[in-house]
Amino acid sequence: MNLPVFDDGAPLLRASGVTRYYGTRIGCTDVSFELWPGEVLAVVGESGSGKTTLLNCLSTRLVPTSGVVEYRMRDGAMRDLFQLNEAERRLLMRTDWGFVHQNPADGLRMTVSAGANVGERLMAVGARNYGAIRGEAESWLDKVEIDTGRIDDDPRGFSGGMRQRLQIARNLVTGPRLIFMDEPTGGLDVSVQARLLDLLRQLVGEFGLSAVVVTHDLAVARLLSHRMIVMRGGNVIETGLTDQVLDDPRAPYTQLLVSSILQV
Amino acid sequence: MPTRLCLNGVSKNFVMHLQGGAVLPVVAEVELAVAAGECVVLGGRSGIGKSSVLKMIYGNYRCEEGQILITDGDRIVNVATASPREILALRKETIGYVSQFLRAIPRVSARDIVAEPLIERGVERDDAVSRAEDMLARLNVPEKLWGLPPATFSGGEQQRVNIARGFIADFPILLLDEPTASLDAANRAVVVDLVKEKKASGAALLGILHDADVRERIADRVIDMEAFAAEKAA
Ligand SMILES: Nc1ncnc2c1ncn2[C@@H]1O[C@H](COP(=O)(O)OP(=O)(O)O)[C@@H](O)[C@H]1O
Ligand SMILES: Nc1ncnc2c1ncn2[C@@H]1O[C@H](COP(=O)(O)OP(=O)(O)O)[C@@H](O)[C@H]1O
Ligand SMILES: [Mg+2]
Ligand SMILES: [Mg+2]
Repeated sequence: MNLPVFDDGAPLLRASGVTRYYGTRIGCTDVSFELWPGEVLAVVGESGSGKTTLLNCLSTRLVPTSGVVEYRMRDGAMRDLFQLNEAERRLLMRTDWGFVHQNPADGLRMTVSAGANVGERLMAVGARNYGAIRGEAESWLDKVEIDTGRIDDDPRGFSGGMRQRLQIARNLVTGPRLIFMDEPTGGLDVSVQARLLDLLRQLVGEFGLSAVVVTHDLAVARLLSHRMIVMRGGNVIETGLTDQVLDDPRAPYTQLLVSSILQV
Repeated sequence: MPTRLCLNGVSKNFVMHLQGGAVLPVVAEVELAVAAGECVVLGGRSGIGKSSVLKMIYGNYRCEEGQILITDGDRIVNVATASPREILALRKETIGYVSQFLRAIPRVSARDIVAEPLIERGVERDDAVSRAEDMLARLNVPEKLWGLPPATFSGGEQQRVNIARGFIADFPILLLDEPTASLDAANRAVVVDLVKEKKASGAALLGILHDADVRERIADRVIDMEAFAAEKAA
């Protein structure tokens, strides 16, 4: 993974004791960490370990039962995300953040063209000039390796890998500072995964993005992230530098997880 | 010359939870220092813990006992207690590491792998790539391979890509894990020259080198790791 661009100011995102119950069932408990500008954090663990719950709490798609999530706004102020008003939160989601879903259909509008999927996000932040929007959409399709000749096609005719790349373009076009990704390579064939990972790696490095990536795949964490959180049963089992956690795992559960895969 | 790297009382055990919590002691109470302009070689039989020491210095293995002090500009950082962020910063600016085996990244060309440390340090892409090509040429990596991902390269070719990547940037500290193991005489000679240039520029080098001939030409001192064998100290 590329090394992050350092910004000694302050963390971008801070989670403190984030806990979410579904009734009496544990989603995730007592998760705390700081994410710094340019850093990619991987959240790993088996299915049901609480990764998606955590991601959704961080991105305000889900309200934590307890705990605080703070974010450094563009003006430098650290704000409690659940104290923002609805308009502030919506603006954040549209401009400063991206959210890449495992299933591209959840993050795309399947019945409008590829160009509109990308252009829409720009219009939501105030872009009005049709030519400029189309130009920008074209340049983003190119960046994510989609033939610009497909700009007027809707994504229903795209392969899984293309759809995922389109979803990434749609998210990055507004120049966000933070991207949330939930199993971004989850539904894809292995060869298609490699291409997508390489693309994500490049884009994250090029734009100095911060990201929280949820994945059950340790190879994805190895390639994309600087730091890792290992979860099990809603609890954080181990955290640390990605290569340190993978090459010198400390917790029994992490040792089991690492030894269960062929080689990462 | 000022000390750049200093280990005090560094011990390492692996606790193998999948083997009923068996404790594997690796090294105990390691003491060593490397000055600017010096090349120190770790000696001792296979399995004695040489690679583990380099990995602890790079922050790849944890160091739970002792101190690993790195001079970083005008401050001193203890890798053993540094945060992941601090370790990443050291890797970007201060510590270079030629690992024993190249970890190839799918779809990334040899040229880009070698240029990456420069790009991370803010060197213009074109400039970084042309310096990467010079380095690959110097290490006799055939030009037709530069644009390809090294996953399919021979062991010796991968090793040379790895060396090129490690030597391209001016890290004040450079760790070398058997860089010449699968190289022929001509390429070993290139590595000897590269090391000499680093020493002349004031870098501190700590390496593992089995090849007696190479060792003789570049090592200022050899530290026998037997002295820090864990069993002996226990
Ligand atoms: N909407 C929900 N209602 C009830 N339980 C849920 C809901 N979503 C998730 N859970 C439970 O919370 C736990 C964590 O789930 P999740 O965050 O989806 O894990 P992961 O993403 O790691 O697979 C699981 O036990 C899951 O069954
Ligand atoms: N990640 C690890 N987990 C468990 N044991 C390890 C790990 N890395 C190294 N070891 C063990 O530590 C000992 C020292 O290995 P190493 O540092 O590679 O020695 P050397 O480089 O001197 O040959 C060996 O017994 C090796 O099996
Ligand atoms: Mg999930
Ligand atoms: Mg070794």
